[in-house]
Amino acid sequence: MRRNGAAAIAFNLVFSLFMLGPIIVVIGVAFTPEGFLEFPPSGISLRWFRAILDNPEFITAAWISLKLGVAAASVATVLAVPAALAIGRGRFAGRDALQALFLSPLMVPTVVLGIAFLRFLSLLGLNGTFTGLMLCHAIIITPFILRLVLASVAGLDRSVEMAAISLGARPLTVFRRVTLPAILPGVIGGWMLAFITSFDELTVTVFIVNPSTTTLPVRLFSHITQTTDPLVASVSAVAILFTVVLMVLVDRLYGLDRLLIGEGKR
Amino acid sequence: MSARATRAWLLSTPALILFAVLLLVPLLMTFLLSFNSFDFYGGIGSDLSLANYAEVLGDSYFYEIFGRTFLIALITTLICAAIGVPQAYILYRMSPLWRSITVLIVIGPLLISVVVRTLGWAILLGNKGVINTALIDIGLIERPIRMMYTSGGIVLALVHVMVPFMILAVWAALQRQDPAVESAAESLGARPATIFFRIVLPQAIPGVLSGSLIVFSLSASAFATPAILGGRRVKVVATTVYDEFLNTLNWPLGAAIAMLLLASVLVVMLSWNRLVERRFGEVFQ
Repeated sequence: MRRNGAAAIAFNLVFSLFMLGPIIVVIGVAFTPEGFLEFPPSGISLRWFRAILDNPEFITAAWISLKLGVAAASVATVLAVPAALAIGRGRFAGRDALQALFLSPLMVPTVVLGIAFLRFLSLLGLNGTFTGLMLCHAIIITPFILRLVLASVAGLDRSVEMAAISLGARPLTVFRRVTLPAILPGVIGGWMLAFITSFDELTVTVFIVNPSTTTLPVRLFSHITQTTDPLVASVSAVAILFTVVLMVLVDRLYGLDRLLIGEGKR
Repeated sequence: MSARATRAWLLSTPALILFAVLLLVPLLMTFLLSFNSFDFYGGIGSDLSLANYAEVLGDSYFYEIFGRTFLIALITTLICAAIGVPQAYILYRMSPLWRSITVLIVIGPLLISVVVRTLGWAILLGNKGVINTALIDIGLIERPIRMMYTSGGIVLALVHVMVPFMILAVWAALQRQDPAVESAAESLGARPATIFFRIVLPQAIPGVLSGSLIVFSLSASAFATPAILGGRRVKVVATTVYDEFLNTLNWPLGAAIAMLLLASVLVVMLSWNRLVERRFGEVFQ
């Protein structure tokens, strides 16, 4: 296969600049010493990073997002792994319907999910509670875990399980010692993608938070729609740093492209 | 039921309970809500009628919002295809080292919050933003071009948000093709442009089609980007629903608008799938 020519390399450069531009701008603005948004910044100052410490609502929101992401991704993993094992291992009556149901949050517009959760939770009096938020996030992120675990299950060698069973291992032992280690890359990749999705989620969350459970994206969103000061940029810069660290970690562990395409680990 | 089917259903039961209680029931309730009446003083009524749908379908204001939303989604999809396909092909031909770096650059932003990425566009596009200031400084324009609070600005930012999905879909399709076919064409004397249009592109079509579907449906229901870059001036369906629910508090009307969005997105998805299966059925086998 031929390598990329000069035109292709130029295209790639412009494209990379387009993708990185808005992100670089946010990080640059965060370092401004001024009280307004300017780019490039007239100097380098940590003023607006220090300002984060004076605005504890952003730190509280970041903690809530972190806890929410971990809890929702874990609940969704515990529910999705058995379902993926069932769906991934051959046909049974209702299998396609089950799979379509568990993947359906990807098909329904998020704003529709948001109002549906709001309507339901407010009738139960659970609107704005952490538990309500966590369960709704678990539903939104289940498809991501399911897809990756399904891909791992498809590559599973059943004969190893059969061997364990014929040697007298009990079902739970087979799962713990044979099945789980084999699908673990898919489970971990799914958990991480689910965590990041939950951590970034805005459209559904904005409907079902209250002031005490406001997540970081919602806090940033409501701040941006009212005023734009360099504080949102510095908070965003910290969020970008956190995401980039996660991204590199995910890429080393699993491969960013395969994780997002939803393929199993080769 | 066979023992295997019973076991499979048992394994799926925990997830099924969560999805039935917290997804199917709420969606059904929202569907019913869209038929309820609303009174500013009395709140949500319990009667059922088509009044909310009649209000939306009888008002040119809502037609404009739906029209704008789908036009924005369509143009975003076309641009994503136009720039995403070449980028995916370039990625496919890169050496492994460059490829892993480029993947982080062009796909990585997918993992960064949409709010943060849209903030970047707000800083770039404002009247005193980076682009306008630069253009005035080099003397190309005298007064700023208005890009904030326009559909064009929303499209630009949406392309940035959505194009990684297109690249991923096309790239996945390219990886399934046999590189030997390209080499054969080359050894038979085909020029690079011929190879791209006659060999690569036809094999990438399934990826372009599935990528387009993802980009279109996500763009049609996008919220954060139009809310920040369009505000109250350039409303789309998702921001209209948000306003009805959290500002006007007319939940039944908001629910009716949301149901119409859901229905139109589903209709587009299903007819797209049908079209694709009829015309390109063989390439998916």
